[in-house]
Amino acid sequence: MALFTKLITRIKGGTESASSDWSELEAELLQADLGPALASECIEQAKKIKGATPEESLLQFLSSKLSSKSHEMSLSSSTSTILVVGVNGTGKTTSVAKLARFYKSSGRSVLMAAGDTFRAAAVDQLKTWGERIDVPVISGQENGDPASVAFDAAKNAQENNVEILIIDTAGRLHNKSDLMSELTKVKRVVEKTLPISEVLLVIDATTGQNGLAQAKMFSSTVDVTGVVLTKMDGSTKGGVALAIEAELGIPIKWVGTGESESDFSPFDPGAYLKSLLA
Amino acid sequence: MAAIIGPQISTLKYSAPIMFESLASRFSGAFSSLRAKGKISTGDIETVCSEIRTALLDSDVALQVVDKFIQDVKQKSLEALPGMQSGSNQANAIFEIVNKELVEILGGATRRIRMAKNPPTVIMLAGLQGAGKTTLAGKLAKFYADQGDTPLLVASDLQRPNAVTQLQVVGESINVPVFAPEPGNGVGDPVQVAKAGVEFAKAKLHSIVIVDTAGRLGVDQELMNQATNIRDGINPNEILFVVDSMIGQDAVPTAQAFLEGVGFDGVVLTKLDGDARGGAALSIASITKRPIMFASTGEKMHDFDIFYPERMASRILGLGDVATLAEQAKKAFDPNSSAKLEAKFASGEDFTLEDFLEQLQAMSKMGNMTKLLGMLPGAGAMKKQIDNFDEGEIVRSRSIVESMTPIERANPKVLNGSRRARIAIGCGRKVSDVNNLVDRFTAAQKMMKQVRSSGMPAMPNMPANLSMPNLPTVSKGSTVKKAPTKKKSKSGNPAKRALEEGLS
Ligand SMILES: Nc1nc2c(ncn2[C@@H]2O[C@H](COP(=O)(O)OP(=O)(O)OP(=O)(O)O)[C@@H](O)[C@H]2O)c(=O)[nH]1
Ligand SMILES: [Mg+2]
Repeated sequence: MALFTKLITRIKGGTESASSDWSELEAELLQADLGPALASECIEQAKKIKGATPEESLLQFLSSKLSSKSHEMSLSSSTSTILVVGVNGTGKTTSVAKLARFYKSSGRSVLMAAGDTFRAAAVDQLKTWGERIDVPVISGQENGDPASVAFDAAKNAQENNVEILIIDTAGRLHNKSDLMSELTKVKRVVEKTLPISEVLLVIDATTGQNGLAQAKMFSSTVDVTGVVLTKMDGSTKGGVALAIEAELGIPIKWVGTGESESDFSPFDPGAYLKSLLA
Repeated sequence: MAAIIGPQISTLKYSAPIMFESLASRFSGAFSSLRAKGKISTGDIETVCSEIRTALLDSDVALQVVDKFIQDVKQKSLEALPGMQSGSNQANAIFEIVNKELVEILGGATRRIRMAKNPPTVIMLAGLQGAGKTTLAGKLAKFYADQGDTPLLVASDLQRPNAVTQLQVVGESINVPVFAPEPGNGVGDPVQVAKAGVEFAKAKLHSIVIVDTAGRLGVDQELMNQATNIRDGINPNEILFVVDSMIGQDAVPTAQAFLEGVGFDGVVLTKLDGDARGGAALSIASITKRPIMFASTGEKMHDFDIFYPERMASRILGLGDVATLAEQAKKAFDPNSSAKLEAKFASGEDFTLEDFLEQLQAMSKMGNMTKLLGMLPGAGAMKKQIDNFDEGEIVRSRSIVESMTPIERANPKVLNGSRRARIAIGCGRKVSDVNNLVDRFTAAQKMMKQVRSSGMPAMPNMPANLSMPNLPTVSKGSTVKKAPTKKKSKSGNPAKRALEEGLS
């Protein structure tokens, strides 16, 4: 922030900013994982900014990079199904539990599905969360077919008029086509019973530019509708999510800030953009 | 859809798995114009360096490492250039400088785990949440068990729900005992468990103890202290920092926090089977001066290897993990036909339909295609073909090629309609099958051209006999292998072609 303020004061005072100031700003942006392209575009914009409210102008520019799609969840009037996907270890299972808790505490009936039948003890992990937050979990055989678990869960949700069904899936690297097509199958099978309201891609805030590659591949496979940005409690700013918004138009919908079920909140664009410049 | 960020990714929306223009192609692109100029000026070096800078940043190399790197490359280039004549020699020299610099930062030589004089050797794992420690613990245990050691796994991640169960399942699958006195999920003292685990290993004469710990953030002082307490409680011979290869600019602050917090002796990179460009490796090795010791490359217990700096250097350069692919290929190829092909390519003969067939056969033997694919330079271009690959295809393809005359095999361009019809009758297939084969062959040729035009350099420190026919030939040491003198343009051999086209 100090740096930014310094820059701003110079601009306000009408003095030319030295090139070292600009490279400092560039460094900040790069270190936030915005990526070289977006960072240099920012600098170009910042150089043009004049007037009394340069900080606002830069924030405005950054917010013009946000997706024009809604950053809110779009839920259906009957059962809303949320599919949670992402690469290994980003925080999918934790986010499933956090989402479940969020909706449960807003008074809705919630069901979770343990669609990770692959990783050791993944089903138990979600069941433990289920007990903790008092939300039922549908599970199948370990090493079984994730699509059939999802199918059972969808049927169950439909029959019991559950309002929110959240499906956990195994972590998979986006460059593995066999695992990606497995995901397509899960989605297709669920859609036989229930329409899917949201496909949330979980992105770890420590991820660098590879996050863009992840978002592209998941998006082209299962039509991602939103991003859950996790591990924002660390030293990272999660700038790649802005690159994802800008490049792919996928809105961030949730932010994870810790390991407990309450460390979770809906995305706040203002706070996020400010923190990128902080 | 919001505005487009930058030119290099704007055209790739939702498309190819190759997201970023490789450093190699940027580099050669910058130089192809320079070569025409003759000598390379200082200004030209500036331009090239700024291109390399962007490419490294796209690969998630930490900014401070990038800037130091660029400075070194610039300086070494300026020193090296005056002694050289042509622009293309200078270009080669700079590429060599970049590659050498990368390998140097990545650690030059790899180090093995230091074994304790009095067993057990105690290895402690530390890292961020979700880095892949638990899986890695299992892989490490299997790695040593396979060498005759008797490892014990200790479940000291009592934080994440069912981390203990996960380690137990992992241990069972590889037949390694797991010391897990506490259920976890927030219950139990990880320091006590770690200590008791090492005592247990001593009593039961295990030769190695691997202690899994909870993931923690660099900024979480409380959890960092806990890690320090575990360390002080068990006095590990090695602390390994486990880090996700997809990590971005946070690699440096995180690695520093762990270094200052609990300290570590070596680094393990995980999820290297993804398509991250491995900038984290470069950053962490450069900043912490700790060697990267192992690479974790998949979800199965055997997806694990010693880390090779040269291979990572070529990955960062966008060259693909050619060495590993070559090793796999070596296993799969019939040594005779492989040698024959190598000789053929060395003599500069063009890539023909016969060679294409032989490659198809060899590839089908290599098994696990998708995994190998990621290692290929320019892999994305070929992905579809390999995805749609089936055994029967080879038989069909062979029968078609066998119905061609030697002239047609050597030069498919002569295949006009009537020739194609004759071939179809000869092998009892449809003309469309023939067309199909020729198309795929042309596509393969084109793919190779792309690889070539991205300026495939020679790679140092890889044995030449590991080369694969459709991949760049690699040279011994860091000297550049000279192309056979015959100045025939557009060689079928990508390595030779690259040589012809100037970049090494
Ligand atoms: N600090 C922090 N840790 C988190 C957050 N979200 C998840 N984690 C931790 O990250 C680790 C991985 O979380 P999981 O929910 O198991 O991740 P996953 O994506 O389901 O992992 P796989 O199923 O193995 O691919 C766990 O240790 C979580 O406690 C967060 O917002 N902040
Ligand atoms: Mg999970």
